[in-house]
Amino acid sequence: MIKALLSHDLPRNRLLAVLLIATVLGLALTPFLFTSIKALNVAAKILVFIILVASYDLLLGYTGIVSFAHTLFFGIGAYGVAIACSRSEDPGWSAVLLGVVAALALSLVLALLIGLLSLRVKALFFAMITMAVAAAFITLASQLSGLTGGEDGLSFKVPEMLRPSTEYFEDPFLGASIDGRFLTYYLLFAATVVLVLMLLRIVNSPFGRVLQAIRENDFRAEAIGYRTVVYRTLSNVMASQFACLAGALLALWLRYNGPDTSLSMEIMLDILLIVVIGGMGTIYGAVLGAALFMLAQNYLQDLMKLGADAVQGIPVLSQLIAPDRWLLWMGLLFVLAVYHFPFGIVGRLRLKARS
Amino acid sequence: MSSDAIPRQPFDARPLQLLAAIALAAGLLVSSFPTWATLTLSGLAMGLIIFVIASGLTLVFGLMDVLNFGHGVFVALGGFIAATVLGVQGAVGDLSLGASLLAVGLAAGAGMAVAGVVGLAFERMLVRPVYGMHLKQILITMGGMIIGEEMIKMIWGPGMIALPLPQGLRGALPLPGDVVLDKFRALAALVGLTVFAALLLVLNRTKLGVLIRAGVQDREMVECLGYRIRRLFIGVFAAGSALAGLGGAMWSLYQQSVTPQMGAQVNTLIFIVIIIGGLGSTLGCFVGALAVGLLANYMGFLAPKAALFSNIALMVAVLLWRPQGLYPVGGK
Repeated sequence: MIKALLSHDLPRNRLLAVLLIATVLGLALTPFLFTSIKALNVAAKILVFIILVASYDLLLGYTGIVSFAHTLFFGIGAYGVAIACSRSEDPGWSAVLLGVVAALALSLVLALLIGLLSLRVKALFFAMITMAVAAAFITLASQLSGLTGGEDGLSFKVPEMLRPSTEYFEDPFLGASIDGRFLTYYLLFAATVVLVLMLLRIVNSPFGRVLQAIRENDFRAEAIGYRTVVYRTLSNVMASQFACLAGALLALWLRYNGPDTSLSMEIMLDILLIVVIGGMGTIYGAVLGAALFMLAQNYLQDLMKLGADAVQGIPVLSQLIAPDRWLLWMGLLFVLAVYHFPFGIVGRLRLKARS
Repeated sequence: MSSDAIPRQPFDARPLQLLAAIALAAGLLVSSFPTWATLTLSGLAMGLIIFVIASGLTLVFGLMDVLNFGHGVFVALGGFIAATVLGVQGAVGDLSLGASLLAVGLAAGAGMAVAGVVGLAFERMLVRPVYGMHLKQILITMGGMIIGEEMIKMIWGPGMIALPLPQGLRGALPLPGDVVLDKFRALAALVGLTVFAALLLVLNRTKLGVLIRAGVQDREMVECLGYRIRRLFIGVFAAGSALAGLGGAMWSLYQQSVTPQMGAQVNTLIFIVIIIGGLGSTLGCFVGALAVGLLANYMGFLAPKAALFSNIALMVAVLLWRPQGLYPVGGK
């Protein structure tokens, strides 16, 4: 049963399995374990990023193409829900559905266009073109302020079922108040589980094997008779659809969307960092990576602040562990990961199991 | 061997005609000669600065098949070094034209030198282990970009630094008619043209250039002939970074400010330029940069909102016309 659910792609390492189970359990029980709003926010962000990064892994880890336009589709999904919901005072599920479907359709068309325009050539070319397109799209989103709210973004209401003010029970249940927010969290959780299992299914299908063949040697894959352009484009389209859904979920959770929350280049860098540190071409890497990265982003900085206060006065050291510099350490970790453990944390753990 | 042994390829002038067509179309739309001339001159000057920045990237790519996504870091570094040097000199006060030129020259030179040295380190530590692996190159140089930007923030702080022009370089040149050309833009254009001429001269008329071009065509053969292509590579990488530093210094003086994020912003611009030009081609990079500069200025005048997207529209149009860019580099 579990084997079938995981598409026969098991963690293959005891420690990895334990870590994954811990992550899933932790995320499943967050509303009961932690009462602080920050903890719930972090958990929700982890869920969204798991989908986002896992879908990017389909592109980078399995197909071997680097895209800088993944946040573009993430943003389209988020803006789809945001725009559809902000049009009415009391949006229902139909508004959300309309937003999601429209966003998915737009992502599909854009991903196809970008793919057909640039995936024929080298990986480099695609990377550069997606970077340019993503930059243009950020400008577009901030310019069309009538539609997108410009730099300020859009705040909006979600369907009544999901609103924080909707209380389902008078009293808290096991320490968690059962309200719209609680429901939204579990909507995100369920969606993440389903989408990640779908991604696992895709990468372990014959189609996924072809993608891996293209990653390893595109010339040979073409020679065997697979149209690499078609497969790459399909991979790009699929990844974009997942990213778009992740964006929609983020918007539902935040009840806000702006350029900085879903479109910015910083998020693209975060995705890159997570997928490489977690482990490319594993999908599980996205789960572990997203959890660790988000925890680090939200809690390591506090720790660094403590450290920086402790060494205050020492010129270089206090600069180095200032909380603002945490990206520096992530960058270093990223470079080390690319060199020394190209399949990230997950690859490292699996390697240990084999030797 | 006479030069006729291999038939010369006819020079492809159509991309140049594209530039003329852009200028002509803009002339018809603007319909006032002084305005048009002003826009054209500033567009060309802006294009030349972009060319200086992008030339290093395209050179490195052409020779080493390495696309440096961290190129922007050297641009930002050049800008910050220039700001520091100008700041130390206190060169913002009353200065004559000569003294201003000297101050800017020193600043840009320092930016160039530091960027070149950092480029050496960058090549050694990050790029060298991943020659020939495109995917890893993109990731590693991107990582280098993140680290570099953070280092810059660490040294100069995360905020914007204002970079006013020295007194002697402010204002416009006296030109006939109502044509206006800022002094600094004229200087930038001069620098850009010099870089272009020097690059063409070195690449086409010196032995070093022959080796570089041969290395682009067939690296193994050059090695077989007994040349240490590694050393050549390192030199070109350092030169490319130095050009980025020079361009960064000019660009930040042109913008009159410098931010740590400048590198990432410029990156997208120069990627568009070298995609338009054809990856690896110096002439293509030149034409692409001029086209981008011209279009940005014309559109900024004619339709400011649309100007934000003129670059990407130009790129798509060029790719539909010539999918490999204006001057495709063969042999790969």
